[in-house]
Amino acid sequence: MKIIDRRLNPGGKSLSNRQRFLRRARALVRQAVRSGTATRSIKDVEQGGEVTIPADGVREPTMRRSGEGGVRDYVLPGNREYVEGDEIDRPEGGGGGRGGAGGDGDGVDEFRFVLSADEFLDLFLEDLELPDLAKRKLTGAAVQTFRRAGFSVTGSPSSLDVPRTMRNAMARRLALKRPTRDEVELLAAELALREAETPDAPDLETLRAELAAKRAKLRAVPYIDPLDVRYRRLEPTPKPIAQAVMFCLMDVSGSMTEHMKDLAKRFYSLLYIFLKRRYPRVEVVFIRHTHHAEEVDENTFFHSPETGGTVVSTALEEMLRVVRARFPVADWNIYAAQASDGDNLPSDNAKTAALLETDVLPLCQYYAYLEVGQEEDPLPGFGDRPSALWRLYSLIRSPTAPMAMRKVRHRRDIYPVFRELFSRQDARAAPGSPA
Amino acid sequence: MSLDPDTPPTKRASRAGAKATTAATSAPAADLRLYKSADWDYDTLQRIYDAVEDIALNELKLDIYPNQIEVITAEQMLDAYSSIGMPLFYKHWSFGKHFARDELLYRKGMQGLAYEIVINSNPCISYLMEENTATMQTLVTAHAAFGHNHFFKNNYLFRQWTDADGILDYLAFAKGYVAQCEDRHGVEAVERVLDAAHALMGQGVHRYPRKRRPDLRSEERREAERRAHGEQLFNDLWRTVPTSKGRKTRQATALDKRRALLGLPEENVLYFLEKTAPRLTGWQRELLRIVRNIAQYFYPQSQTKVMNEGCATYVHHRIMRRLHEKGLIDDGAFLEFIHTHTNVVFQPGYSDKRYGGLNPYALGFAIMEDIERVCVAPTEEDRAWFPDIAGNGDPYGTLKNVWADYRDESFISQFLSPKVIRDLRLFQIKDDEGEDQLMVESIHDERGYRRVRRALSRQYDVAYRDADIQIVDVDLEGDRRLVLHHRMLDGVALNEESPRVLQHLADLWGYDVLLQEIDPGEDTVIEEHVASPRGGFG
Repeated sequence: MKIIDRRLNPGGKSLSNRQRFLRRARALVRQAVRSGTATRSIKDVEQGGEVTIPADGVREPTMRRSGEGGVRDYVLPGNREYVEGDEIDRPEGGGGGRGGAGGDGDGVDEFRFVLSADEFLDLFLEDLELPDLAKRKLTGAAVQTFRRAGFSVTGSPSSLDVPRTMRNAMARRLALKRPTRDEVELLAAELALREAETPDAPDLETLRAELAAKRAKLRAVPYIDPLDVRYRRLEPTPKPIAQAVMFCLMDVSGSMTEHMKDLAKRFYSLLYIFLKRRYPRVEVVFIRHTHHAEEVDENTFFHSPETGGTVVSTALEEMLRVVRARFPVADWNIYAAQASDGDNLPSDNAKTAALLETDVLPLCQYYAYLEVGQEEDPLPGFGDRPSALWRLYSLIRSPTAPMAMRKVRHRRDIYPVFRELFSRQDARAAPGSPA
Repeated sequence: MSLDPDTPPTKRASRAGAKATTAATSAPAADLRLYKSADWDYDTLQRIYDAVEDIALNELKLDIYPNQIEVITAEQMLDAYSSIGMPLFYKHWSFGKHFARDELLYRKGMQGLAYEIVINSNPCISYLMEENTATMQTLVTAHAAFGHNHFFKNNYLFRQWTDADGILDYLAFAKGYVAQCEDRHGVEAVERVLDAAHALMGQGVHRYPRKRRPDLRSEERREAERRAHGEQLFNDLWRTVPTSKGRKTRQATALDKRRALLGLPEENVLYFLEKTAPRLTGWQRELLRIVRNIAQYFYPQSQTKVMNEGCATYVHHRIMRRLHEKGLIDDGAFLEFIHTHTNVVFQPGYSDKRYGGLNPYALGFAIMEDIERVCVAPTEEDRAWFPDIAGNGDPYGTLKNVWADYRDESFISQFLSPKVIRDLRLFQIKDDEGEDQLMVESIHDERGYRRVRRALSRQYDVAYRDADIQIVDVDLEGDRRLVLHHRMLDGVALNEESPRVLQHLADLWGYDVLLQEIDPGEDTVIEEHVASPRGGFG
C-alpha cells in the first residue's frame, strides 16, 4: 500500500477546462454579466459572483428514452396505504421524476455558476480602454523591489557569488605566491628520485629546504580565505507605478432628483472599477456643488441633501484647487466625471467655458460629462431641447479635447453609455494625448 | 470459517467485551486503539490500513488489487468530480461546466462532497478527503480500498470490459493525443468532434462481447477435433437416410449483402462511424475511438451501481464492526461510524420530500445483509425461496460468488427476498399513458413478491433502460443516407434532445441521417427524424 499526499500538487487542474467553458459560453456569459449588473447593486459589481446563463448554449445533449409517455412500471419504497388494484390519481406535474431512471438535468433551462471577480470584470470591461495611460511616475509610497547592485562582503549564504569569490581567492594566491599542489608533489618526487640515486649529493639539502618552505607556504596561505568571499548585493529600489485620481463632480441642487443621483452614482461606480483595473492606485475625490462647491466624503456626496442655485464654475474651481494642493499634474493621471441635469446660472456660462477650456481640460486625461434626465420620456415638444450646459459644452468639444458627453435617462442606459465612452477605438488613440 | 457469523447473542457478547476493553483503556497496556482523537497523520493512516487489511484479507478473504491511497483537498475533489473521477483526462469545456456547477453547489452548501472516490485501476487508487476524521478515514479505507476494490477486481463485467492495468496509461495517451490534435488542428476543430462524440457516448458501447476472429492455430485444432469427432461417430447408415432434394437456400438480396458487408445492423454508433464514416480524417476517427473506449470503460459501472455500492457498504460495515469488537476503535468512534453509515443507507419513502429514487447503497446493503441472514439463520420462507443457499453456513463464500457473477439486474431478480421487499415496503405502480389513473400492480404480499422483484430488476436492466437504437442501413454507393431505427419499448419515444444528437451524428457522418422510431409490435414507423450535416468536418 502506498499513501500519497496530493494536497501539495498544484491546484487549478481544471482551470483550462474552465477557460474553455467560458470561451464557449463567452457571448452568453458576457450578456449575463451585463444584464446582471442592472439588477445587482453596482457596488457589488466588483465582487464577481453568480451568473445565470441559458442552458441552451452549453447543452450537452444525449439520446435516451423519453421521461414520459408510454407504459411504465415504477417500483417505489415506503408503501403505507395501497393494496393491489388501487387506483391513484396522477401526481401534478406529469409524474416526471418519479422513476429512478428519470435522469438528471431534464427540464433545467438555466445554468448557474460563480465567476471569480477577475473573470467577471474581464468580461464586464471587455473592449474598453482608457485614453492616455502614458504618465508613469515615481511616488514615495510606491512598492519597492530589490535590484542587483554590486557586491558586498557580508550577506546570506544564498546570495554568495561564487565566481567573484573564486576570482578574489585566485588573485590572492597569485599575489602571495602560494605554490600549487602539483608543484610541491613534483618537487617531492624529484627529491625522492635523487635521494634514491645519490643519497649524499650536496644539493639535496637545498632541495629539501625548498620543499619544506613550499609546504609551509601551502599551509600558511589558504586556498580560500574569508577575505575572498563576496556576496551579491541587493538594493531596494522604488518601482514606478501609475496612479490616477478621479474627480466626481455633481450638481446637488434641488433640481437633481434621487433618480438622477442614482444614475450618476452608477456611472461613477463603473468609472471607479474601470480605473482600478488599469491603475494600481486610484484616488477618488468627490466634489458637490450648488452655488458653491466643496469637497465631501462619499456618503455626504450621494446622500446629504443640499439646496441652492447652480453655479458649475465653482465646482471646477474647487477641482483646480484640490489638484493644485494634492495632485501634482506631473504625478497623477487625472480623470473627471461631471454629472448634472444640465442647469447652470446663465451668467456663469462664460466663466465655466473659460475655466474648462483653459484650465481643466489641459490637466485631464479625460473629462466625461454625463447629463442625467428624468426617467419618463420628455413631453412632446418640450423635452429634447438641449440644456444650457449641453449647448455650452458642445461648443468646447473638439476632436482634440479629451472630452466626451452623453445623455442618460434610464438605469439601463448607463452601461451602454459607459461602454460608448470608453470603447476601444483606434481613431481616438491620436487625439488627447499630450504626454 | 474465519469470522464468527454474527448471530445476535455473540454480537451482544462481543459488544460487552469491547466495552470492557475501552473501559480498561485507562491502563496503558490494554490500549489497542488505532487512534485516540479525530486527528490523523500518515502513521495513523498506515495503522488503520494495516488493521483494516488484516480483517479484509484474513477474515473476509477479499481479493484485491494493490492499493494506492491519495490524500486530497476539497478543491482537488471538485477537480476529480468534473473529470468523472479520473486522475487525468483530456481537456474539454464540458468538464469546466461541471466544475463550475459543482463548485457553486458546494460553496452554497447545497451539496456536500463525497468522502472518497475510487478508481478501477491497478493499483487501485482511492482518494481520501483531508477533512475526514480518523474514523471517516477508517470507514473510507474499508469502503473504497477494500469493498470497491474487491468488486472491481472480481466482478465479471469489469473483468470482461475494463482493463484496470491499462486505463491510466490509456487516459494519459488520450490526454496527450487530444492536446496534440488541438495544437495541430485547432481547439475549435477538436471541440466539434468531441462535442459530437460526447453526445453519442451512450450509443458508443458494445453491449455484447464481439466474436473474436479465430487465429490459424486454433482453427486448425478445431478442425482436427471436429474430424476426430466425426470419425468416432461415423456410421455408414446415415448415408442411406433420404434427404430432401433441392434444399431451400435463402435468396440473399442485394440489400442483405450490403448490410452484411458493413456489419449491419450495428448498435455501437461511434464504432460504426469510426470505421465507416466516409468523410472523417484519421485523427477524427482516433478521437471517436478515445471517447468510445472511455464510454466502454464506464459501461460496467452503470450496470452494477447497486451491487458495487452494496458490496462496499457491506464490507465497510463488517470491517468496522470487527474493529470495534477487537477493541481497535472505541465506542465514540463506533458511534460516529454508525451515524455516518445510517445516513448512507437511509431510504426515504416515496412520499417523503427527500425521496430521490431508490438509494443504491440502501438496496444493495439490505439485500446483501439478507443473503448473510439466509445463509446463517434461514426461515421456512427462505428455504422455499433460496433452497441453494439457505442455511449453507458460508455467508462470505456465497456473497463472493454473488459479487463475482451478477450485475444489478440479475442480482435483484435472484436475491431480492420477500423479507427485503417487506422491510422496504416496495410496491409497483403501472403508469399507462392511455389510462386516467395510475394502477397499483402489486405490493409486498404473497401475490406480489415475484412481480415486484421482476419489475424492480427490470428497472435496472440496461436492455430496458437504454434506448434500442441501431444503424440498419446505408447505401455507400448511392446517396449515403444513414438509416437508424429506434425500436420503441412500451411505447416510449426518444427524449426531446434527440434531434440535437442526431444533428451531431449527421455532422460526423457527413451526409443525411434518418432516424425512424418503430413500434416493434406492429412494425410501423411512429415518427421520423431527419438531420443534414452542417459542414465543416473533414
